[in-house]
Amino acid sequence: MAHYPESLITELEERARQLRITSLEMIHRRAAGHPGGALSAAEIIAALFFHKLRLDPARPDWPERDRFILSKGHASAPLYAALAARGFIPAEELVRWGDLSCPLQGHPDRLKTPGVEMTSGILGHGVAIGAGLALSARLRGLHYRVYTLLGDGECQGGIVWEGALVAAKYRLSNLTAIVDCNGVQLDGPVHEVLPLEPFADKWRMFNWAVLEINGHNMRQILEALDTAAEIHDRPTVIVARTTKGKGVSFMENNAAWHGVAPNDEQLARALQELKGGA
Amino acid sequence: MAGVPMRQAFGLALAEYGAANPDVVVLDADTSSSTLSRFFAERFPERFFNIGIAEPCMVDVAVGLALGGHIPFVNGFAALLALRALEQVRTCVCYARTNVKLAAAFAGLSDYKDGPTHHAITDIAIMRALPEMTVIVPADAEEAAAWVPLVAEYDGPVYLRLSRDVAIPVHDRSTGLRIGRGIVRRPGGDVTIVATGTMVGRSLRAAEALASEGIEARVLEIHTVKPLDVELIRQAAEETGALVTAEEHTVIGGLGGAVAEALAQTRPVPLERVGISDAFARTAPDVDSLMDACGLAVTDVVAAAKWALARK
Repeated sequence: MAHYPESLITELEERARQLRITSLEMIHRRAAGHPGGALSAAEIIAALFFHKLRLDPARPDWPERDRFILSKGHASAPLYAALAARGFIPAEELVRWGDLSCPLQGHPDRLKTPGVEMTSGILGHGVAIGAGLALSARLRGLHYRVYTLLGDGECQGGIVWEGALVAAKYRLSNLTAIVDCNGVQLDGPVHEVLPLEPFADKWRMFNWAVLEINGHNMRQILEALDTAAEIHDRPTVIVARTTKGKGVSFMENNAAWHGVAPNDEQLARALQELKGGA
Repeated sequence: MAGVPMRQAFGLALAEYGAANPDVVVLDADTSSSTLSRFFAERFPERFFNIGIAEPCMVDVAVGLALGGHIPFVNGFAALLALRALEQVRTCVCYARTNVKLAAAFAGLSDYKDGPTHHAITDIAIMRALPEMTVIVPADAEEAAAWVPLVAEYDGPVYLRLSRDVAIPVHDRSTGLRIGRGIVRRPGGDVTIVATGTMVGRSLRAAEALASEGIEARVLEIHTVKPLDVELIRQAAEETGALVTAEEHTVIGGLGGAVAEALAQTRPVPLERVGISDAFARTAPDVDSLMDACGLAVTDVVAAAKWALARK
């Protein structure tokens, strides 16, 4: 496993901070979006888009590129922010998000947005579609890896586990699922709405390799992604324990911020907290 | 291929086409010995994926394969593909416009012995309401086989509606099939019968019966319910002045609905719809007696044609 210098960790943490800032600005501007799950996923998306994924923005159709499917499609803001930072889409589009003529949709649309591998928004599809894509790679002898990012509440839907069975049946070691376990969903805490624990055990019982990490610890994220790539007999799930609304004190662990945009004053306070350390 | 069940013709054609096109992959949901996708599975086991009894998941896995550049044929019972897997079809196939082919087996009443849970009498209405979807309903075994390469080589989502059973043969050799282009099966100037699927053969018989009474019925085969050949239907309305639609499907929203919508905007004429009335069917000893009992008999088409004529 690679040893990561502190400078890289710091750089990626800074990327995550920028994703948070840009996401909240985008959500505030169009007065719509999902702040809580955007903030919880910032480190994971930063690790993927600014380090792990093999991508070439000049060739979005490069056959060997790694594939990322945002199964929790409501975290579209940090995805768009990352795609803009990587040069897949012009940064000017971010401030037009929500406009009728803007190609960026509320939830990701693969036909309208370069770099979006798969349309998403209705929850639950990432694992099963990822399994199909991983099968396709194997059939063609291509060596790209398939990543999909889920929310924990999303795993209440049976289609997730149907897809998990398929990935296990075909031992799709080129598929890595990451679950942003922020513990909070639209109506309240996941453990109250519909309990999922013991969550990691469920994946183990489905014959997946399971890695449990702190989803805000950049070094742990990078090392888990590396470990997943070294497991050759089964798919891997990274159970990333996170905080919903991470980085903005009044949004943290608060279901009210699942799908509500901050007003001017709330945005100012949030940005003050996020920019305070800069 | 007279006397061959549609599913057998389709299954053999899929296996044969698999040899010609290495991009084709086939999925089934534990029904490969019913849909007869097993012919493909036996020849190309590395390109066949049995997903188990999980149609929504099967569609999603096919979507992934299509994203990777493969051409997946998803085999399952029509009732399950059009109902249980509908969200996957709407979101991940149609909206995302992935190149997935839904081979919807045992459609209409053709799973006569399993009863209404297994009948698919609303699938045309459901599928044709989805943007980006193409809906094709072959009339007989020959035609079902002929669609395989055409569907595979069309770039986009397709719902290919297949019967389990033997349909009255109407195609000698299915050449010249084109998506969206209807076929004049019989000329006639008094009334037009617009038929799809297994009702094409029955409608031709109805036209013979009408001819014996001196009524010349034109018969149009509309294999592609979406996109509909509006011009062919408009022309028939103009030239014959009365229409009948015939389909192994509810009278709501299927071919009858599509033709009614088209005529309302182009050439409104008297229209009678032959189909299953707004009710669930029942279990039966064979498909022909069930179709007859559900208002799809040749005599029902004849009676509808006379009604339409009388309303001119």
